[in-house]
Amino acid sequence: MTMDLSDETVAAASAREPVISARDVRVWYGTTRGAIRAVDGVSFDLAPGETLGLVGESGCGKSTLGRGLMGLLPEGAKRDGEVLFRGRDIFTLSRKASYQLRGRELGMIFQEPLTRLNPLMRISQHFEETIKQHEHGLSKDEIRDRALEVLRLMGIPPTRYKSYPHEFSGGMRQRLMIALALVLRPAFVVADEPTTALDVLVEAQIVQILNDLRRNFQTSLLLITHNVGIVAEACDRVAVMYAGRIVEQGTVAEVFKHPQHPYTRELLRSTISLTTTGLNFIPGAPPDLVDPPDGCRFHPRCPSAMNVCASKNPVDIERPGGGRVECWLVGPEDQIPPGGKQPLKQEELTVADEA
Amino acid sequence: MSRAGSGSLPRYILQRILLVIPMIWVILTVVFVLLRVAPGDPVSAALGSKLNAQALQQRREALGFNRPLIAQYWDYLSSVAHLDFGTTFRDNQPVLRVVRDNGGATLTLTAAAFVIALVVGIPLGLLAGRYRDSAPDVVIRLFGIVSYAAPVFFVGFLLQLYVAERLGLPTSGDASPITVFEVKPKTHILLLDALLSGNGTAIQDVLKHLVLPATTLGLLICGIFIRLVRVNMLQTMQADYVEAAEARGIARGKVTWRHGFRNALVPVITVVGLQFALLLGGAVLTEPTFNWPGIGYKLVFYINNRDYGAVQGIITIFALAVVLISVLIDIVNALIDPRVRF
Repeated sequence: MTMDLSDETVAAASAREPVISARDVRVWYGTTRGAIRAVDGVSFDLAPGETLGLVGESGCGKSTLGRGLMGLLPEGAKRDGEVLFRGRDIFTLSRKASYQLRGRELGMIFQEPLTRLNPLMRISQHFEETIKQHEHGLSKDEIRDRALEVLRLMGIPPTRYKSYPHEFSGGMRQRLMIALALVLRPAFVVADEPTTALDVLVEAQIVQILNDLRRNFQTSLLLITHNVGIVAEACDRVAVMYAGRIVEQGTVAEVFKHPQHPYTRELLRSTISLTTTGLNFIPGAPPDLVDPPDGCRFHPRCPSAMNVCASKNPVDIERPGGGRVECWLVGPEDQIPPGGKQPLKQEELTVADEA
Repeated sequence: MSRAGSGSLPRYILQRILLVIPMIWVILTVVFVLLRVAPGDPVSAALGSKLNAQALQQRREALGFNRPLIAQYWDYLSSVAHLDFGTTFRDNQPVLRVVRDNGGATLTLTAAAFVIALVVGIPLGLLAGRYRDSAPDVVIRLFGIVSYAAPVFFVGFLLQLYVAERLGLPTSGDASPITVFEVKPKTHILLLDALLSGNGTAIQDVLKHLVLPATTLGLLICGIFIRLVRVNMLQTMQADYVEAAEARGIARGKVTWRHGFRNALVPVITVVGLQFALLLGGAVLTEPTFNWPGIGYKLVFYINNRDYGAVQGIITIFALAVVLISVLIDIVNALIDPRVRF
């Protein structure tokens, strides 16, 4: 497989049959105040070996979406829509079939590597348990060989195979988690903020490993993060999520160079680099997902909000330059009512509102 | 980072045993001081009404109670070091023999109570934890609170009153006189002796006698197990590694057992060790209720007779037993949980 991330390979990958195809996915949690619509109509495709970065603020539904795809939602959560994995809808699978898919075809990497390994089990036992669950009749030596091969790719020496989780550092434990998620070569992996709990040097290392995934495993990756820099480094495509919806998606180069949605623009402006002279932030806070604002959910915080934004839901349209976007600024013109393009008079957001 | 860090078990055990020495010293000192701050001297308290002044003085001198406290303290420590726990004043017997003759009954009772508590408490706790807020959970929780809160002697009386007759169970002593007469004492543990003798009626008789006292004492700590196992099960089933295991598609039963239950038991084992002390205390209350010829029963007898020598000796042995058990528990804990070994 080719290693470079030129647009041609990405385009070639997209042309193939997608591994995961999500259509109008919804996830909501019941509360006493009403349903929290954490994911509210999300659609995307993921080609084999492709990495999709999912970015957004805390509480926008990124993690819920990731867990929903894995079928790991807490009791009381409901999900709707369709997620086709190799043509099968994983939302309608039986419990048993869903267990069989997890670990073998769908993998997950979590945010907190320190607490994700059973403290009473050796690393070897974690691998034995996982492999035996999905592939019967393998001897201990065969399991060992397979585990050591993945561990080697993650830079964990074979001498540590029999160690316990507490004997590893945070970065090593995250690499162990990745190895454990990949040992059965799943076609699709969700990585939920895999570097958030780690320091920058280890973060770079993990990003490098994730970057190598497609080369070593041909794995499709949904990389959930709030770090735009990681997306730029490790992803082919990016989906920007706000208040339960994907507001803009496309190739990383295209979306980051020419952001169409004001939220994407603000998000990119908020990142810190060496040339940053002042901190940029988006005033206000993400909306209440029990009772989201009418029209575009971003309009109360949007610097370029128009009258139409407060009354009518934006339409999912083709982005200029490829991809999708949901914003009245982009169009479609013919659906904006007369006078809808007047700037919206917003109440001033005070500092107190933001807290 | 090296493999040596993988928890050297022998070293941990050695450390743990060495730490016992200062612990025992503190306990011995506390026992010594507690019994000396009580007013009146031990000899006249125990025998004052029976002997004349001269004879009392003789006993005092013979037992060393006329010597300075520090010398008595040293005598006490060094005799304990030689496993000599003194003699009783009242019947002039070595405490060690009292403990040997009665300890077996207490051991049998506490062990049986412990087994009952574990066999009843852990599965109930697991059930309640696994099916949280269901009807069984509520009933089990209520049972746990009541069984722990009810005084031992009260539960004992209730069982004697309402259960004993219906099931044809004896309410007093650890065996019928005929059994005691027939079974030859070898191990000084009646149950073992009966088993060794192979006498079917004797074994049955001993077991029948054991049921009510062991249930009474077992219920006391059963409640603790239920609550503890339940809470720990709830916590571990929400642990990150449980979700991670589910994300790897590990079957539900295996996740519950290997990831949930095993981790839930770690804190339980520690508490089990502490419960042993409670069990000995409970035995002191249970034994008189059932006329169970154990050390608890004897201890109450000696306390009522103000026999300081016996009380000091028996308490010392109780304390040593608790220390020993706690060391054992630590070692078992280290075997299960590798993190402890550091």
